[in-house]
Amino acid sequence: MPQTLEPLLRGQPFFSGLAPGHLALIAGCAANVVFPAGTFLFREGEPAETFFLIREGRVALEIAAPGRGALVVQTLGEGDVAGFSWLIEPHRWEFDGRAVRRVRAVQMDGTCLRGKCDTDPRLGYDLMRRFAAMASNRLQSTRLQLLDVYGHAHGS
Amino acid sequence: MLDAIRRRGFRLVGPVVRDGAICYDDITAAADLPAGWTDEQDAGAYRLRRRDDGALFGYATGPHSWKKYLFPPAARLLPPEQPPDRPFAFIGVRACELHAIAIQDRVFLGGQHKDPHYEGRRAEAFIVAVNCGEPGGTCFCVSMAAGPRAASGFDIALTELLDDGGHRFLAEAGSERGADVLRQMRARPAADADIRASRTVSERAAAAMGRAMPQLDLRGLLYENYGHARWDDVAARCLSCGNCTMVCPTCFCFGVEDVCGLSAGTGDGNPERRRSWDSCFTMDHSYLHGGPVRVSVRSRYRQWLTHKLATWEDQFGTSGCVGCGRCITWCPAGIDITQEVAAIAADP
Amino acid sequence: MRTAADTARPAPLSWIEPRQWRVAAADRESADVVTLALTPPEPFRFQPGQFNMLSVPGIGEVPISISGDPAVTGRVLHTIRDVGPVTRALCALGPGQHAGVRGPYGTSWPLSAAEGGDLVIVAGGIGLPPLRPALYQAIGRRDRFGRIVLLYGARTPADLLFARELRSWRSRFGLDVQVTVDSAGRGWHGSVGVVPGLIPRARFDPAAATAFVVGPEVMMRFAVRGLLAAGVASDRVYLSVERNMQCAAALCGHCQLGPFLVCRDGPVFCYRPLARWLGIREV
Repeated sequence: MPQTLEPLLRGQPFFSGLAPGHLALIAGCAANVVFPAGTFLFREGEPAETFFLIREGRVALEIAAPGRGALVVQTLGEGDVAGFSWLIEPHRWEFDGRAVRRVRAVQMDGTCLRGKCDTDPRLGYDLMRRFAAMASNRLQSTRLQLLDVYGHAHGS
Repeated sequence: MLDAIRRRGFRLVGPVVRDGAICYDDITAAADLPAGWTDEQDAGAYRLRRRDDGALFGYATGPHSWKKYLFPPAARLLPPEQPPDRPFAFIGVRACELHAIAIQDRVFLGGQHKDPHYEGRRAEAFIVAVNCGEPGGTCFCVSMAAGPRAASGFDIALTELLDDGGHRFLAEAGSERGADVLRQMRARPAADADIRASRTVSERAAAAMGRAMPQLDLRGLLYENYGHARWDDVAARCLSCGNCTMVCPTCFCFGVEDVCGLSAGTGDGNPERRRSWDSCFTMDHSYLHGGPVRVSVRSRYRQWLTHKLATWEDQFGTSGCVGCGRCITWCPAGIDITQEVAAIAADP
Repeated sequence: MRTAADTARPAPLSWIEPRQWRVAAADRESADVVTLALTPPEPFRFQPGQFNMLSVPGIGEVPISISGDPAVTGRVLHTIRDVGPVTRALCALGPGQHAGVRGPYGTSWPLSAAEGGDLVIVAGGIGLPPLRPALYQAIGRRDRFGRIVLLYGARTPADLLFARELRSWRSRFGLDVQVTVDSAGRGWHGSVGVVPGLIPRARFDPAAATAFVVGPEVMMRFAVRGLLAAGVASDRVYLSVERNMQCAAALCGHCQLGPFLVCRDGPVFCYRPLARWLGIREV
């Protein structure tokens, strides 16, 4: 039986403060992954059954627009989490996730995790709170990007 | 006396009847003064009325203030203007106006950078003050500790006495050159009765104020009430016309503008830099990056009032208001700052 | 505008009169940003954070932060963004031409107070130029500071300023430089996201840190929020604030921000006394 990834998960800021029992429970859903630079962690439209805790490297969230090529909306780095769609119907990735530099990450199996949350609602509640906080943070940043604060007052 | 001052090389300016009001303009002799006139003032109202005596100073203040001479409405900054050829002598300066001049002295001369235009006009100005005998319906100098008696900042202070003893002036020297002028006059030393009469004039004036500013910590009150509902109330009435800022003797905002082309005043098309009176009620006043910071009338009225009564103190160490009441009289909507403050104080 | 007789007049000049400084160089930093190197006619000294009033006769006058090294006195740098008629005219000046200059005005970055701890510099867009003199001075006294962190962002990679210096600050002087942009295409391999987003992961000791922040006011509010959340004391955060400025001499009344005159009490302010005023709309 390979060593569990529990120690690895414990070190992740996203799971900081998670009850040790819960950590052990979800460790079984975790796997260590590496993505060489330029490869994709996920692609827009594909089934989203996983999310990633980034340990090293940089992931660009991109969207492909006709005539404009790939547009990067945000980059995520060490300590960030990539992926909400495993939580929400219809479970499909909304962006491309490309490794800008080589990425080491912990990949969490969404189906496995959803099952454990169904069994243990306390675990479910705790994880939902963490994702809600992260989503709120992302929203704030995104709104700030939307404001285009550096733009010319009359449009540039 | 006016003659003596004029012959010392001063340009006399003082009150005259003009355009249905008592305004400040060039004068040459006492005959130019508004003898036998008085004014009736209320919020948004000003009328001249004939007196039944010949008092020369039997009225309060009109739409002009002495800033029209010390800080002219329009001036050229570059190329430098010629300074005035003669210093001014202001005839008939009220106590509130002495305070207003002192307040503007702090603004234009009291900081790290002095204003040379103001300095040039202020330095030699000869001031003949008059102690008010007839305060107006909008006066509240007493509650602003700015009158009605002239205490300092003048060369000569006059109290007009018009009673059984005749029509005469009690004159008090406030400076060496003021004393010098008085020594030249066919004057007799003041009798005790006249000195008492002069004080009575001031006491009666103090008791006849038309308005009163609430006596409380204005700065503290206003600092805590930037979100008060009263600002919406006054914004519904205020036209943001800026009259108050034009008649106020302490308002000092000015705009700087570069002008070039054939319209430039020197006539040769060279660029000029000019300044002119500005008002915080304009949309342009707070313009920054494509739009004003203060867009709503609510915010602009609030800026004016809080500056006048509160933030002025942080910026310059004094209040900005002398209780002359001009802003109340000349507001077309009849807005009264003493009432606005009272409304906020009543329900902070 | 100054005659021969005028030059015989003793200094100091009144607040009104600019001197004509010669343009030594005009470097284009980005599509709408130019750095003018101006030569003062006599020795000129300034503190980091201060600004000059620059003018083009007949067009107007604007406040521009001085963006060069205070230790270099022969050329004074001004980094200008083209946003209106005056800045457009300034950005169009070439070597040999002249600009009207008066100054320096305003308060400066409190570098001495920041010594002994970490220095965190947060800059957005055209907010980096007013901070650059502080960076130069801090680098000149590198051993007096702990970590020096620069968090800098712009709209797109093409809008980033001083790219070469950013690299040299990182490599030669050991500054922790984190750069981000609001949006980018594939060619950009750096971070994409807002500047305040860099704060949680920046490495510094908040208990002993001083922060200098400049950028659009909205960005500064978010950045200050992030700094305070990270544990930096509110009286160790400093901002540079802008308001309509016409005289720069505390005479014309335009630059008021509540009780403050930005030309005299700023543009550099300590956050703590300013905080309540930044929170009032349209003040």
